[in-house]
Amino acid sequence: MALVVEMQDPKGGVKGSEQKLNVTSIPYVITGEHVLTWITNKMKSNTEEAQVMATMLVAYGYIYPIQNHKKLVMCNDGTLYRFQTDFGTFDTVDSVVAMMKLNIRKKGMLEAYEQAHYNHLNKWLNHKWDFIVMQATEQYKATKERKKADRVVLDCQERAYWVVNRPPVSGTDTFFHTALTHNIFYQQTIMRSRVKSSVSLGALVKYVTTYKNHDAFLAPCLPSNPWLTNNDNYWTLNTRRVETPTKMRVERWSFSLFELLTDLRGRDDFKIFLKKEFSGENLAFWEAAEELKWGTASSMSSKAETIFKTFLAPGAPRWINIDGRTMGMTVKGLEHPHRYVLEAAQTHVFMLMKKDTFFRYLKSPTYKDIQKKALSPEAQNFSPAQIEQNAQSCSPGIHPIILWQQEMEENAKAAAASAPVDVKAMMSKMDRKNKHILEFMHTRF
Amino acid sequence: MRSPLIPEMATQEVQLNETLAHLKSESESLKSKLEEERAKLHDVELHQVAEKVEGLGQFVMKTRRTLKGHGNKVLCMDWCKDKRRIVSSSQDGKVIVWDAFTTNKEHAVTMPCTWVMACAYAPSGCAVACGGLDNKCSVYPLSLDKNENLAAKKKSVAMHTNYLSACSFTNSDMQILTSSGDGTCALWDVESGQLLQSFHGHAADVLCLDLAPSETGNTFVSGGCDKKANVWDMRSGQCIQSFETHESDINSVRYYPSGDAFASGSDDATCRLYDLRADREVAIYSKESIIFGVSSVDFSLSGRLLFGGYNDYTINVWDVLKGTRVSILFGHENRVSTLRVSPDGTAFSTGSWDHTLRIWA
Repeated sequence: MALVVEMQDPKGGVKGSEQKLNVTSIPYVITGEHVLTWITNKMKSNTEEAQVMATMLVAYGYIYPIQNHKKLVMCNDGTLYRFQTDFGTFDTVDSVVAMMKLNIRKKGMLEAYEQAHYNHLNKWLNHKWDFIVMQATEQYKATKERKKADRVVLDCQERAYWVVNRPPVSGTDTFFHTALTHNIFYQQTIMRSRVKSSVSLGALVKYVTTYKNHDAFLAPCLPSNPWLTNNDNYWTLNTRRVETPTKMRVERWSFSLFELLTDLRGRDDFKIFLKKEFSGENLAFWEAAEELKWGTASSMSSKAETIFKTFLAPGAPRWINIDGRTMGMTVKGLEHPHRYVLEAAQTHVFMLMKKDTFFRYLKSPTYKDIQKKALSPEAQNFSPAQIEQNAQSCSPGIHPIILWQQEMEENAKAAAASAPVDVKAMMSKMDRKNKHILEFMHTRF
Repeated sequence: MRSPLIPEMATQEVQLNETLAHLKSESESLKSKLEEERAKLHDVELHQVAEKVEGLGQFVMKTRRTLKGHGNKVLCMDWCKDKRRIVSSSQDGKVIVWDAFTTNKEHAVTMPCTWVMACAYAPSGCAVACGGLDNKCSVYPLSLDKNENLAAKKKSVAMHTNYLSACSFTNSDMQILTSSGDGTCALWDVESGQLLQSFHGHAADVLCLDLAPSETGNTFVSGGCDKKANVWDMRSGQCIQSFETHESDINSVRYYPSGDAFASGSDDATCRLYDLRADREVAIYSKESIIFGVSSVDFSLSGRLLFGGYNDYTINVWDVLKGTRVSILFGHENRVSTLRVSPDGTAFSTGSWDHTLRIWA
């Protein structure tokens, strides 16, 4: 920055000299005392302010201590420092050389391009100025309180913040950048919030307990485990669109909204409940957002538009009731849609369903009804001979490709049925691959 | 006379080296500070919490199906969502789709390269993805027509600069997540082959990955030759958590079914469990008698059991909560290279260098 350039001015800058340090003779070394004196005079500040400013310069690497690298503060004594030569944003090695030349220029006269470089740097730095001032203040406070840990933390954070905005040049600078990135990562990780072991481990144990009876390795699979008995009743009883699900399956829907939605049969039942409550738009929005997130890159714009028209626009046919801030953010994001543009809205809607709708569903006649109807298949006890026999009559079942097509056709039907959505728009949502298979299917049957 | 203001070019390098050394020592102190912070919230061990949990009984797990047909080492396999079909890939370049229940081979593809180290079944059941030494991940749409040449409709999706070690579809057929020997992971749009996001952070080959089952579905974990397991945010490409406790390559990573933890298997002969909310390793599954590397791990449906395929041809079954081994399974005649539990948890499948796959229940 301009200040540092001034400091290095041979005439009016901080007095430097050649110093002997151990065996090496290091040219152009300055003492902390001299730096502080210069700043105090130049900035017409008191020693404390000068100290903060100078320490900040050290923290940011403009000036570095040559004796104790860890001591990133400006000491008001004979401690030795040097100016860092490469500071600022560089694109090429040429820039580095240019900046170095600046240091040796007498009388502080700059060429036009060098001036431009510095101006650019200044402008860039101005954006960060508030942050820098805040950090400097915090660091000053921390230094006063002598909380070494905090100082190290804030110190790293600052430098990390500043340095991370510098793109690597090449070669050694990349090592530099990588090492710094690692340190930034460690720093961020130290700051992140974590949960007590007792809480998180307790949750792991709770999960096991909840799902214990559904784990075929821990509890009998009814009517029988197909792999053991060669009889696939267990699978035919649990198909995607089975009319009457099993009791185990219905129980699993109650474990979490995630389970209910992941099992498409459960999602269907949830939709029946929502229809009765006239509150299907939240789930419909969530499904549309999923389709956007996991869909093809090319379909995103059209999907985003359809979603906006259907769920978010003022007066939309299936308008979702989300808070103003999220709505504003989402609508703005839709101007340049990307696959995560609906993330905030989708999370909001999911949480709404999770905290309210889901529990009402579990208490509803819809759910109680399906619970009652659900099947409890008897255990099939086959003899070894029967198991052998079963192996002979194993059928391949329905091929997944056919099942998928059935699913696509059912979805299209359901979409057509839920007016006033534009059917054509829904159909065009289907990715080309599926269309190709549909055509293939039509030629075969 | 040389101006005393000119720093020499040589001292530039000295400066840089000094700064680098400083950074490295800073890195070390940050690392230990991180461990300190993690330890502060560690108020109980997993096996202590597990004391009040019922013990497991005896297990009778046997090979229920043996799938023969590969001409060389089986390297990878994946289940179809229909809970009975499987895709497997081998060293000889063959990718086979089986109905494991009937043991029938339904589709076969010959890849133009050998060592097909990765394969995955699409969620729709209509396609498979695979790749390996060709540095690519390709998608093959499957066909009901037995005579159709699947290679004709092949679609090249991912391009890495080194071998493909693992691949997985996300929640749909439209995106694939890959990991590679080039040290990166990447997310691809299948239709266009476009790179959607790349993930940089591993210092060596990435060997495995697994997508989180959580309701947000936006993270995944990867393991590499740098002994690190990294958790990534798919949206930003950032590494959000990292664990470095293994002593050798991490060959396999798998999420705990709740999504709040994950297990890893390594050449250091241990499996480990990492708790994501507590941000630490919470269990090590090892025995003095087990000295061969773990190639592949997966959880049973409830998360109570961890199955590990090992290079000493065995499968060890661990009680995840109590940390003990509950069973050891024999059958394969060479190292177990891949292991996955079926989507409904009724069985698990293993692939081996003995050219076969086995279904266990």
